[in-house]
Amino acid sequence: MSQPMKRNPLVLGNKSLKDITDDICAPVERFPSKGWMALFVSAKTLFLFYILTIAMVVATGMGLLGVNHPVGWGTMIITFVFWVGIGHAGTLISAILFLFRQKWRTSVARSAEAMTVFAVMTAGIFPLIHTGRPWLDFWLFPYPNQRGPLWVNFRSPLLWDVFAVSTYATVSTVFWFVGLIPDLATLKDRAKNKIRRTVYGALSLGWRGTAKNWSHYEMVYLILAGLSTPLVLSVHTIVSFDFAVSNLPGWHTTIFPPYFVAGAIFSGFAMVITLMSLVRIGFPQFKDYITIDHMEVMNKIIMMTGLMVGYAYGSEFLIAWYSGNIYEQYVFFVSRAFGPYAWSYWIMIFCNVVVPQLFWFRKFRRSIPVMFTVSIFVNIGMWFERFVITVTSLHRDFLPSNWGQYAWSMYDTAILVGSFGMFFTIFLLYLRVFPAISIAEVKPVMHVGKDEEGGH
Amino acid sequence: MAKKALGGMAGIFLEEHKVLAAARRVRESGFVKFDAITPYPVHGMEEACGIKRSWIPYVTFIAGSVGLIAALALVYYTSVVDWAINVGGKPMFSLPAFVPIMFELTILFAALASVAAMFIVTGMPKIDPPVIDKDLTCHKFAIFIPENDVGYNQERVEKLLTDLGADEVKKVAEY
Repeated sequence: MSQPMKRNPLVLGNKSLKDITDDICAPVERFPSKGWMALFVSAKTLFLFYILTIAMVVATGMGLLGVNHPVGWGTMIITFVFWVGIGHAGTLISAILFLFRQKWRTSVARSAEAMTVFAVMTAGIFPLIHTGRPWLDFWLFPYPNQRGPLWVNFRSPLLWDVFAVSTYATVSTVFWFVGLIPDLATLKDRAKNKIRRTVYGALSLGWRGTAKNWSHYEMVYLILAGLSTPLVLSVHTIVSFDFAVSNLPGWHTTIFPPYFVAGAIFSGFAMVITLMSLVRIGFPQFKDYITIDHMEVMNKIIMMTGLMVGYAYGSEFLIAWYSGNIYEQYVFFVSRAFGPYAWSYWIMIFCNVVVPQLFWFRKFRRSIPVMFTVSIFVNIGMWFERFVITVTSLHRDFLPSNWGQYAWSMYDTAILVGSFGMFFTIFLLYLRVFPAISIAEVKPVMHVGKDEEGGH
Repeated sequence: MAKKALGGMAGIFLEEHKVLAAARRVRESGFVKFDAITPYPVHGMEEACGIKRSWIPYVTFIAGSVGLIAALALVYYTSVVDWAINVGGKPMFSLPAFVPIMFELTILFAALASVAAMFIVTGMPKIDPPVIDKDLTCHKFAIFIPENDVGYNQERVEKLLTDLGADEVKKVAEY
């Protein structure tokens, strides 16, 4: 072709290798800014409030929360699914896009992967409290015990969840840390004092960057990406089995696995946009790495997955009608869309299906205030999606004598809000302690889009 | 890598294409134990240094298979042999219900074993590794030729590295 397709540069500002290292290491090496301090103090306060709330719930009992008959699954499960879903975009960016050779992923992969790890940490607490007696949660794992040969029930989707989420947490933490090793060695070599040198030296595990090491390292990174890809799809599939394997109208749906995975990626990308907009404000030099082009690509993914969840909402109606099952039809056509919780259903539809349509317009896709607002709407909408699935299915089942409302309490609100405190506290600490963009991965892609300027 | 530290000569380069060409030339000059140190994986460096493809995928495959079998053994022993209990009329050996557990443990074993294999083969974790130049993790590249390499001769190596365009050639006490 005489006119090859022009690619936009992934790194702006004609950086040299040294500039890249300096830019990315700067937030870790200088004194924190006032903005960061303010955010950190607020997040940390919210985190302490969260710990206090959990302590009260654990000490007093689940009665403080709104779960009761018939709505036996409430905030804990809703918010658990929400946070696990947030995590999925990180693995999608770091693993799936890596396998697809999407070079733009390098600038956002590190932070997205960190988001995954922290979101899964936040999520993991919820089912543990939901058991009601969290001090006995080790019973969830199959270990030889003295209560007769009493084993866990491997036929239960809830146990599949234990295995799926703990494997996911382990593998994504390892993946994230392996990616960090060369950059931690960079930080060690730049360290100005002995404490920094020791700490980053220990964390970098003695990485030296020889060609032989890079050869094995790149292979392991590829393997981990290859293993994480089916893993991320399996995790939310298994989370959806918690619902879909039951017989309850509104849960017993074959579309749940792909629908949950699409929703997870949708909400996860929204959270990446939220965080990256803030990171760009907090660390202006990152604008050369996390460019508007990067944000636009993610907005396109948000719009695509938004259409996918929209399709899933629609197909549920079709299948309910086509099944001829009166209970299914009641849940979708009467209870969800027009029943006592219709407001939550329409919040979900508005936030997840209507609002992302703004991204059809290039101007909105590339506007930070617009995408930030949309990402917040999507996160609200996706929380309500899980609320709709959980609560509206439980509050009306087969027998009218078994109907009731969900008694949402202030502790539910406190736990929901508090979990954001935990997530943001850890994320803000991460921004200060680790390089938020992968230094070793950005350098090889710095020439993309600048080929005619003597790159390769 | 866990061998006794030895000295040698290191040539430090400032440009990626120079170090890549240099690695190829050093190899053509008959050296076999040299290594290139770069701040990021340089495309084509493996071919230039004559490094074979990593064998870690075999570890991944074996560990994954072990994980699969271990998971099947676990669920079979606990649900069929040791505590066979009728849950909702499902069969004792209900294989489809065991698939998620088997899948997850396959991934877990494969991933952790691959990372462990990488740690072993790269000699990590290593306490306080010798550093040739602090900028090798930032913007400089190096070729290191150890003194026990075939045909090592200090003047020859020094001249070779200088001729290949090294910006700095220095003697390294141990690496």
